[in-house]
Amino acid sequence: MANNIDSNEVKLTAKDFVTDQDVRWCPGCGDYSVLAQTQRVLPDLGLPKEKIVWISGIGCSSRFPYYMNTYGFHTIHGRAAAIATGTKLANPELSVWVATGDGDLLSIGGNHFIHTCRKNIDLKILLFNNRIYGLTKGQYSPTSEKGKVTKSSPYGSIDFPFNPVTLALGAEASFVARALDRDPKHLQYVIKRAAEHKGTAFVEIYQNCVIFNDGAYSSLSEKDTRDDNVLYLEHGKPMIFGKNKDKGIIVDGTTPKVVSLTEGKYSVNDLLVHNEFDKSVVLAYLLGQMSNHAEFPTPVGIFRQISKSTYHEDMEKQIQEVKAKRGEGDLEKLLFSGNTWEVK
Amino acid sequence: MAKKKEVKSLSEVTVRFAGDSGDGMQLTGTQFSDTTALFGNDLNTLPDYPAEIRAPAGTLYGVSGFQLHFSSSDIYTPGDNPDVLVAMNPAALKINLKDLKPSATIIVNIDSFDAKNLKLASYASNPLEDDSLQGFNVIPVPITSLTAAALEGSPLSTKEVTRCKNFFALGMMYWLYGRPIEATLSWINQKFSKKPEIASANAKALKSGYFYGETTEVFATSYTVEPAPLPKGTYRNISGNQATAYGLAAASVKSGLPLFLGSYPITPASDILHELSKLKNFGIKTFQAEDEIAGITSAIGASYAGSLAVTTTSGPGLALKTEAVGLAIMTELPLVIVDVQRGGPSTGLPTKTEQADLMQAIYGRNGEAPLPVIAASTPSDCFYMAIEACRLATKYMTPVILLTDGYLANGSEPWRIPHVEELQEIKVKQRTEKEGFYPYSRDENLARPWAVPGTPGLEHRIGGLEKSHIYGNVSYEHENHDFMVRMRAQKIKNIENDIPDLEVRFEQEGDLLVLGWGGTYGAITEAVLCARKEGLKVSQAHLKYLNPFPKNTAEVLKKFKTVLVPEINLGQLSRILRAEFLVPVVNFNKMKGLPFKASEIEAEIMNLLGGKQ
Ligand code: SF4
Repeated sequence: MANNIDSNEVKLTAKDFVTDQDVRWCPGCGDYSVLAQTQRVLPDLGLPKEKIVWISGIGCSSRFPYYMNTYGFHTIHGRAAAIATGTKLANPELSVWVATGDGDLLSIGGNHFIHTCRKNIDLKILLFNNRIYGLTKGQYSPTSEKGKVTKSSPYGSIDFPFNPVTLALGAEASFVARALDRDPKHLQYVIKRAAEHKGTAFVEIYQNCVIFNDGAYSSLSEKDTRDDNVLYLEHGKPMIFGKNKDKGIIVDGTTPKVVSLTEGKYSVNDLLVHNEFDKSVVLAYLLGQMSNHAEFPTPVGIFRQISKSTYHEDMEKQIQEVKAKRGEGDLEKLLFSGNTWEVK
Repeated sequence: MAKKKEVKSLSEVTVRFAGDSGDGMQLTGTQFSDTTALFGNDLNTLPDYPAEIRAPAGTLYGVSGFQLHFSSSDIYTPGDNPDVLVAMNPAALKINLKDLKPSATIIVNIDSFDAKNLKLASYASNPLEDDSLQGFNVIPVPITSLTAAALEGSPLSTKEVTRCKNFFALGMMYWLYGRPIEATLSWINQKFSKKPEIASANAKALKSGYFYGETTEVFATSYTVEPAPLPKGTYRNISGNQATAYGLAAASVKSGLPLFLGSYPITPASDILHELSKLKNFGIKTFQAEDEIAGITSAIGASYAGSLAVTTTSGPGLALKTEAVGLAIMTELPLVIVDVQRGGPSTGLPTKTEQADLMQAIYGRNGEAPLPVIAASTPSDCFYMAIEACRLATKYMTPVILLTDGYLANGSEPWRIPHVEELQEIKVKQRTEKEGFYPYSRDENLARPWAVPGTPGLEHRIGGLEKSHIYGNVSYEHENHDFMVRMRAQKIKNIENDIPDLEVRFEQEGDLLVLGWGGTYGAITEAVLCARKEGLKVSQAHLKYLNPFPKNTAEVLKKFKTVLVPEINLGQLSRILRAEFLVPVVNFNKMKGLPFKASEIEAEIMNLLGGKQ
C-alpha cells in the first residue's frame, strides 16, 4: 500500500492526471514545477483517479485543481482546509489534498490551518509559499520578510513573518516537511512521503513568483550558492552541508551552531543526527527556526513525522462504539422516546 | 387531619416560575410542563433566562423565568399575563410583577425577603409589608426554611439543602393544580442515580411541598384543569431545537443519506448540536468546528462528498457564514442552514427572541445569490420544516435556510408523534452514469447532477468562479454569466410550483387579513380567534415559505382591504411584500426580545376594524 487508503492498486501515468484546461500561470512560475512533480507522484500511489480530491482556496496556486484530472474543488479564500475536512470526514475513503498559498493558508485561513493540524485531520496540505500576494498583484504576505517593500508597504513592511514549519509544529501537525520548487526529485520524494502519512501532512514548498517576488529563494536554487545554503534533512544521517560537504550542525545546549569539519575541531561524529520520528518536538523546532537566521542553512526534507490517531478514525470508532452500546439507530424508537402519553 | 379542601375547575392557567438563575427555575418549569403534558393538557411554554450563566445572586438582571400556559382546550401561546407567579426572591417579584393579571396569585419565598435581597432588588421597603401588592392574592411561604426542616438529618451541606427548594416549590404547585408527582420523582431518580443522597433529598423536598399544600391552611382551594381533547395518538412534549434535530435525523433516514453537521456553539442554537451529537448510532457525524465559517465550510465539503450536510447557527453566525453560502449557491451543492434567530444586531440579546434575520436570510450575500428560505411556525413544526429543508436542498441542489427563533427553539408544546412510515420519502439521485455527464447540465428541476468524489469516470472540477453552462469550465463570457445568473434565479423561483399554496383561514376575502410568518403563529392565531369571538370578521394566513413565496400569495393579498403583518422586527416581511406585490400592508412591530402577546395583536385588529380597544 503506497498510500494510506485501502484500495486495489491501479496503474496510471502522469499524463492521466493532466486536464484539458490551459494552464494559466505566468511563464516561469514555480507552480508549474509543483504541478508536474505532483502529477508524477500520484501514479505511484496506486489510487484510482476518482478517489483523489484536490481542494484549494483563492490565490494563484489555488487554480491547481483545474489542472489536475481528479475530483477538484476551487473554493473561497482561506477555507480550503475546512472544506477538505468535511470532505474527508464524510468519506474517509478519499485521498484529500489541499493546494494553498501563504496568504490563503496562513493569513485569512490561519485558524482553519492550526485546527486542522491539532485535530490531525488526514489531509495532505501543499503550501505554495512565494512570500507575496500574487493574484492581487503584489502586496506583502504573512511570510514576507520584515522590511519588504511592496505596493502596500512602500516604506517597508513592519510585520514579523510567520515561519510555516514552526507554526505547523506548534500546532501539533503529525507530518511537517519543506521542499523547493526548483529541486524536482526531492520535491517528488517529499510529496510521496506526505501521501503515505496518516494524518495531517503539511509540506511547505518554497515557490518562486517570477512577477512579484522573483528570486526570493535564488540563494537556495542557484548552482553556485545552493549547496552552502540548503541542508537536506535525512533520517539517521548527520547534518552535513556545503559545496564540499565541509560544514555541519551541532547543538550547544539549546542553540544550534554551524561548525566547520575541516578545522580539526569537529568531526562528523559530533554532528547532530536527524531523527524524523522523535517523540519530542524540540529538535524539529530548532531546525525549523534555522531558516529565520541568515547564518544557518535552510533545512529541507521531513522535519518530523509522528503517529497518532486521525480524526476520522476516532470519529468512526466512536460511532461503532455507540452503535454497539445502543444498537443501530431506530427512528421510530427515537421519536417515541422520553415521556409519552396516549390520547384515545 | 386536614379538612377536605375545595377544588375549583379552570379551563386554562398561566403560571410563571421566577428566581435567581441559580435557583433551578428552568428545570422546575420544564418538569411542570412535562407533568402537565403527561396529564393531557394542551400547553405552551416560554423560558426566559439571562445571558449570564450565573449572574450574581439576588440581582434584577440575574432573574430567570419560565412561563407556561396550560389548558383543557387548544392553545397557541405561552399566555399573555400569568395567573400565578412563584417568586423565589424580591428581584423575581420586582421584575415580573408588571406582567401579572390584576388579581393574580403570588407565591413568595419569604425567607429571601431580607434586607440584603430587598436592597439588591432596589426595594426601598419590603413589598410584603407595604401596600404595593394590593389586589393580588399574596401567599407567603417560607420555602427555604421549610425545605431545610424537611431535610433535617440529611447528609447534605446547608448549601446543598437550600438548592432543593425549587423542588419544594414544584411540589406545592403540583398539589395546587392537582398534578401527580410520580413523573418528576422518577426523573429525579434517573437524573441523580449516581448521587443517591441528592436524589432522595430532592424527592423529599418535592413530596414535602406537595404535602404542605395539602395539609396546611395556606391554600384554601386547589384547582383542576381537565385534559384537552387533542386528536388521537401518542404524544410527547417537544421543544423547537429538539424537533429540528429530530427532523434532520428523520431526513437522513428518509433520504438514505448520512447526516453531517458542521457547527460552532452559539446561543440559542447549540441544543441542535447537542441533540445530534447524541445520535451517533444513526451514523450521524457531528463536527464541532473551530469557528462559524468552518462550521458551514466543513458542511459544504461533506455535501460535496455526498452527505446530507447541515450547519446550525444564529444571526451573528449566519453573518459569518455569508461568503460560504454564496459558494454553495455557485457550486449548486445541497446544504441546510438552520438559523435560530435571536435579538440583534451584533451580539444583541443572545437569549431573547427576534425575527430580524429575514432580510439577511433572503438577501444577505454578495452578488445575485437566491436561495430558498423557509420558516417553522411552532416548536413541533420545526420537525417538519427541517425535513422540508432537506427535501428542497437535495432536489434542487441548493443551500436552504430554515429560520426558527429563540422562542420556538426553547419553547415546547405537546406533539402528536408521527410514525416513520407517515413521513415523506426524500428521493435523492447521485449521478453514477458516465455517459453524457456534464457537471453543469440540468434536470427538469434545473438542478445540476450531484456527482460525488469516489464515483469512477465523473472526475470534474467545480468552484466559486463562474462556470460555463452545461460544461462547467471556468468562464468569463459576458453572455454566459448573464445566462447563469438568470438560471440560478429561475431554479429557485420554480420551487413555487413544488410547495403548498398559502392557505387562508376563515373568510377568503374581506376587510382584514392578518399575515404572519415564523414563530408569531401562536399569538396571531389566538388573537384572530379572540377577535372573531368578539364578532369581528378577520382572516388569517401564515407564510412558511418566504423565498419563493407560495404561488397564490399575490392573489391572497389582493382579496383583502387591509393586510396586517405583525413581526418581531421593524417590518422586514412587510417591505418584501410591498416590493414584490405592490400592495400596501400595515406593519405591526415589537422588538422587546419577547414574543407577541395575543392581546397586543388583538388590540391592533380592533383598532384597524374600528372596534373598541
Ligand atoms: S503572479 Fe507569481 S505566483 Fe502568480 S502565477 Fe504569476 S508567477 Fe506564479
